[in-house]
Amino acid sequence: MAVMPGCNARSPSARRRRWTKSSPPACAGGAGFPTGIKWKTVAATSAAQKYIVCNADEGDSGTFSDRMILEGDPFVLIEGMTIAGFASGATKGYIYIRSEYPHAIAAFGEAVRIARAKGYLGSNVMDGGFAFDIEIRVGAGAYVCGEETALLDSIEGKRGQVRPKPPLPAHEGLFGKPTVINNVISLATVPVVLAEGAAMYKDFGMGRSRGTMPIQLAGNVKFGGLFEAAFGVTLGELVQDIGGGTASGRPVRAVQVGGPLGAYFPPKLFDTPFDYEAFAARDGLIGHGGVVVFDDSVDMAAQARFAMEFCAIESCGKCTPCRIGSTRGTEVIDRIVRGEKVAFNRAVLVDLCHTMKFGSLCALGGFTPYPVMSALTHFPEDFAGAPTCIAAE
Amino acid sequence: MSLIAELDYGTPAVHSDTRVTLTIDGERVTVAAGTSIMRAAMELGTKIPKLCATDSLKSFGSCRLCLVEIEGRAGTPASCTTPVAANMVVHTQTPKLEKLRKGVMELYISDHPLDCLTCAANGDCELQDMAGAVGLRQVRYGDEGENHLVAVKDESNPYFTFDPAKCIVCSRCVRACEDVQGTFALTIQGRGFDSKVSPGMAESFLGSECVSCGACVQACPTATLIEKKVIEVGQPEHSAVTTCAYCGVGCSFKAEMRGEEVIRMVPFKDGRANHGHSCVKGRFAWGYATHRERILKPMIRAKITDKWREVSWDEAIGYAAGEFKRIQAHYGKDSVGGISSSRCTIEEVYLVQKLVRAGFGNNNIDTCARVCHSPTGYGLSQTFGTSAGTQDFDSVDHSDVIMIVGANPTDGHPVFASRMKRRLRAGAKLIILDPRRIDLVRTPHIEATHHLPLLPGTNVAVLTAMAHVIVTEGLIDEAFVRERCDWDAFSEWAAFVAEPRNSPQAVETISGVPAQSIIEAARLYATGGNAAIYYGLGVTEHSQGSTTVIAIANLAMATGNIGREGVGVNPLRGQNNVQGSCDMGSFPHELPGYRHIADADTRKLFDAAWGVTLGAEPGLRIPNMFDAAVGGTFKGLYVQGEDILQSDPDTRHVSAGLGAMECIVVQDLFLNETANYAHVFLPGSTFLERDGIFINAERRLQRIRRVMSPRNGNADWEITQDFSNALGYAMTYANPSEIMDEIARLTPTFAGVSYRKLDEVGSVQWPCNDAAPNGTPVMHIDHFVRGKGNFLITEYQPTDERSNRKYPLLLTTGRILSQYNVGAQTRRTENVVWHEEDRLELHPSDAEARGIRSGDWVRLSSRAGETALRATVTDRVAPGVVYTTFHHPMTQANVVTTDYSDWATNCPEYKVTAVQVTPSNGPSEWQRAYAEHAELSRRIHAEAAD
Repeated sequence: MAVMPGCNARSPSARRRRWTKSSPPACAGGAGFPTGIKWKTVAATSAAQKYIVCNADEGDSGTFSDRMILEGDPFVLIEGMTIAGFASGATKGYIYIRSEYPHAIAAFGEAVRIARAKGYLGSNVMDGGFAFDIEIRVGAGAYVCGEETALLDSIEGKRGQVRPKPPLPAHEGLFGKPTVINNVISLATVPVVLAEGAAMYKDFGMGRSRGTMPIQLAGNVKFGGLFEAAFGVTLGELVQDIGGGTASGRPVRAVQVGGPLGAYFPPKLFDTPFDYEAFAARDGLIGHGGVVVFDDSVDMAAQARFAMEFCAIESCGKCTPCRIGSTRGTEVIDRIVRGEKVAFNRAVLVDLCHTMKFGSLCALGGFTPYPVMSALTHFPEDFAGAPTCIAAE
Repeated sequence: MSLIAELDYGTPAVHSDTRVTLTIDGERVTVAAGTSIMRAAMELGTKIPKLCATDSLKSFGSCRLCLVEIEGRAGTPASCTTPVAANMVVHTQTPKLEKLRKGVMELYISDHPLDCLTCAANGDCELQDMAGAVGLRQVRYGDEGENHLVAVKDESNPYFTFDPAKCIVCSRCVRACEDVQGTFALTIQGRGFDSKVSPGMAESFLGSECVSCGACVQACPTATLIEKKVIEVGQPEHSAVTTCAYCGVGCSFKAEMRGEEVIRMVPFKDGRANHGHSCVKGRFAWGYATHRERILKPMIRAKITDKWREVSWDEAIGYAAGEFKRIQAHYGKDSVGGISSSRCTIEEVYLVQKLVRAGFGNNNIDTCARVCHSPTGYGLSQTFGTSAGTQDFDSVDHSDVIMIVGANPTDGHPVFASRMKRRLRAGAKLIILDPRRIDLVRTPHIEATHHLPLLPGTNVAVLTAMAHVIVTEGLIDEAFVRERCDWDAFSEWAAFVAEPRNSPQAVETISGVPAQSIIEAARLYATGGNAAIYYGLGVTEHSQGSTTVIAIANLAMATGNIGREGVGVNPLRGQNNVQGSCDMGSFPHELPGYRHIADADTRKLFDAAWGVTLGAEPGLRIPNMFDAAVGGTFKGLYVQGEDILQSDPDTRHVSAGLGAMECIVVQDLFLNETANYAHVFLPGSTFLERDGIFINAERRLQRIRRVMSPRNGNADWEITQDFSNALGYAMTYANPSEIMDEIARLTPTFAGVSYRKLDEVGSVQWPCNDAAPNGTPVMHIDHFVRGKGNFLITEYQPTDERSNRKYPLLLTTGRILSQYNVGAQTRRTENVVWHEEDRLELHPSDAEARGIRSGDWVRLSSRAGETALRATVTDRVAPGVVYTTFHHPMTQANVVTTDYSDWATNCPEYKVTAVQVTPSNGPSEWQRAYAEHAELSRRIHAEAAD
């Protein structure tokens, strides 16, 4: 573990002030919200109890960077959470790990045990006069519990249901107390930033997306795996140069970036730089850095239907657009595919996506239109009413 | 007349000193910081479409209809969950929002049966309203998609149905069950499209933990949860605000009517006692008003073995007056008396005591408070100077520590219990002194910090031991005591409680409560912030009832927990108007306003107003009336609205007393148990059939309003007036408001009360006079009513009623949520599905020693008598303690209770009876004989007069 800088130099509160002010971690979660602002907000509250929550419910298809850290370097995460606790005044951290990661749960649990034994966690961390400990909570298979407020409900022992914001978790989070919720990557990056300096970290990246991103290449790709790259690399470079094109050797037809709720980009958009704003400008998103490659045998109507179906299965059921809309979405796409009133139903689908995108309570319902609309926009021929593209098995 | 419409602001009011000004659709509005945009808009009269929001519940943000656009902010935030901000500019109607709302409504309606014209909620359905509000014109999803239209209706609850096919999964019912009622019986089961409302683990409503409070029905925006009566009859067309006639909480309701038929009772949001909440009794159990057993014609008979003969009002009243005159002529002026009812209005109670004092010419007037809270009157007047609770119900929102002594609020005072539970869930600490593990000891999201399961009869010992801890550990609020209390009295008291015999260790052996629990509870009460005490009949109905009330008052004064919000001493009064009946001079020694009959100045005032000369001597209390009757000197009794035979202790003695009288006039809705001994029966009217005022446990005066003509022909006050006139003492009130005006003229604490005032402000808490024109929510703020607070010594005296070899168990009694007192009303409603018989609770170890299993018949015997009922084996009661309710006449729980009573007030010691429990084959001989007698004495002549 890196030694925390200035640990014995000043009073904890002075140190906290300094840290949160120069607050480094420019890295961000799937929603791209700067970490430092969350820390500052929680640090500024006067509650007697505050919490750090690490979101390790890595549920996006084709993603595994969190798992790599949990299994390969759990201590960097423990250190990141501890620093977050120190900076924001929280004495208790929870990490929410998905149940599908038994090895990660075991490895991280062992790391916590060792850290406690060595005095890196506990009532007097490194004899530095402050307390911090970590408790592991295991998810139960609900994708929506990766949404931060549903995750809080789940940790509290409730059904994982999305909360409205405000109140922000930074003001009223876990058990109603101010809470920092960061993902694994953000927290694991903290020790590096503090050790090497914020300037070093900021040197990577482009625009407002600073630093590096672990990019996970998966699907029909020749060289799949985890690649850490600075923001700014183009999608084409990722797929073709790093990934080496498709594994099947057929031409790439579509790339889904950002998990099951990410947009499908055709090769004509391969010049898009890997950057939050650049992707947003083309109705896409980066999310957790998952990139899934498809060759020309893919049926994009089926992929669009899958997005709706995924949303229907994973919806918490709270808000109407997601709860009813996702089921209606699969039905409408089925009608289009069967050739029933195609133009009418395409219009219905567009309206439905609009309702879901702007009306949903959280990103599950709100982002489901990305894969659907991108498929419809970039691959209209697959929604022509009769199957034009037979999936090659 | 029309239906009273209450505005729904969408989200609860927020209290903040900071005001924020914003612009909504071009209009500026200033509201408290933290208010939702939705509520701020409603302040302007702008209705933002909504379905999941209602102002009794915290915002939820699920329906997505209330989205708005805010200048300078991205997206379309929900107006229910977004608080206002200074200079915010909000638009509630834009093309984008119009499209979104239509899209959402289209989804809702794609899974909804389109049977509006035949739907019970037609005309009162928010889904229907919203479809109109957003301009929905088409649903393009077809009808072959997934849906819930064939979901099966749950009709298990007797009063409402649950039709999941009509459910829009807004969770209002679930949230109401959690936030408003605090029962957590409902949940959403499943996920996504499969989400559905479920009582418990997919149980029926009746089979679940649902307490049928109606909060879910009230919250439902569609016909999913709807009253069976509305399904059966249709929507109401007019309504009037009235007050529930059950318990002392005094919930305000809208009686929603069709002509003279009640369709439903809907809790009134502006009701200051209930704030829009209700319980199964007030909300649903009013069907007794039209029950077939209700007596509508006056009846007389010469002997109680005769059949009843229906007669005209004139004949009945004339007969009763003739008999009373004859008895007084023969046995003397003092040979008759009256009992007023805590179920009737203050005007009616006032009239009965006036009839007794001025018409009968004696002070033989008593009331059922004799058997419940008379020790409260005594104890609080001796210490604070007034005979009532010190707080309003809202005060509990400011409490940090709540101490409940001998009360079971979730059953006895359910609507206030919900309020209390909400405060406890928000973090207040709870101390419970009760022999039985009442629900509040551990209930969803609430757990008492300390439960002191004391042996029945040891309240004084335990409370004095708490005082011992507070005094010896220096936890006294000395500044308060020096300024506000009599220091000499305090010093004497402090020395007394500090004696070693009052230590927790000494009391542990008496009470069975571990010393450490007493110590910790005392520390928490004294140092936990605002501490409030709520107590019930478990305090008063003891031989040391008055002493216990004093012990409670001492604790509050010693710790400075009196005279502001969040603290205080609060008796949870049992009946709708028991506070009022006490206030109105129902006790033999007191004129209205608690002025002693011996006080010549007060008497002079009443002498002048009533044109009589009042006697200075207090009259007979209820138990003395029975004694005098058995002794042959008391021969005539007028009982209004109380079933003394079933509710008073030692039934055999009561029946002997009643049997010895020559004329008993019973005025009631039904031929109750007392009527079995009556010679004249005057049919009473229900609270729906007359005007008047009830006073609840927080001293709040609230109107009841006549919504139908009295089915018996006369309001109760008219019957008393006619009786008085027939006796020769003239009463000429044209309506109850004239009676109220007389009360106000003669009673300083009520000087500011009039019907006009109540119509204007809704309700007031007495004292209401020139000094406090808007009433008095919290009492004793700057000084006690009596001047300096008075500490009194509370020496523990064990009751003479104690267990021995023959009667080794202690019986204590209580109530259950669904039934009310002797059950005359609730037994005549569907509420019997929850409680069809009284059961005896006993601990598994006591049951095992006797070979008793749950459901077995057992004989319950004491030195007073014996009865039989079925057993429930449960560890809710401690070993050595048994418990039962007294709602059913066949059980006759009071056959076993004894004639021991409070030393100061004669309040009976219902809560401690030494008993034995043995297996039995069924009802006792006494019960069989009584049932036969009851049946015989209820016969009515077939050729009834018209």
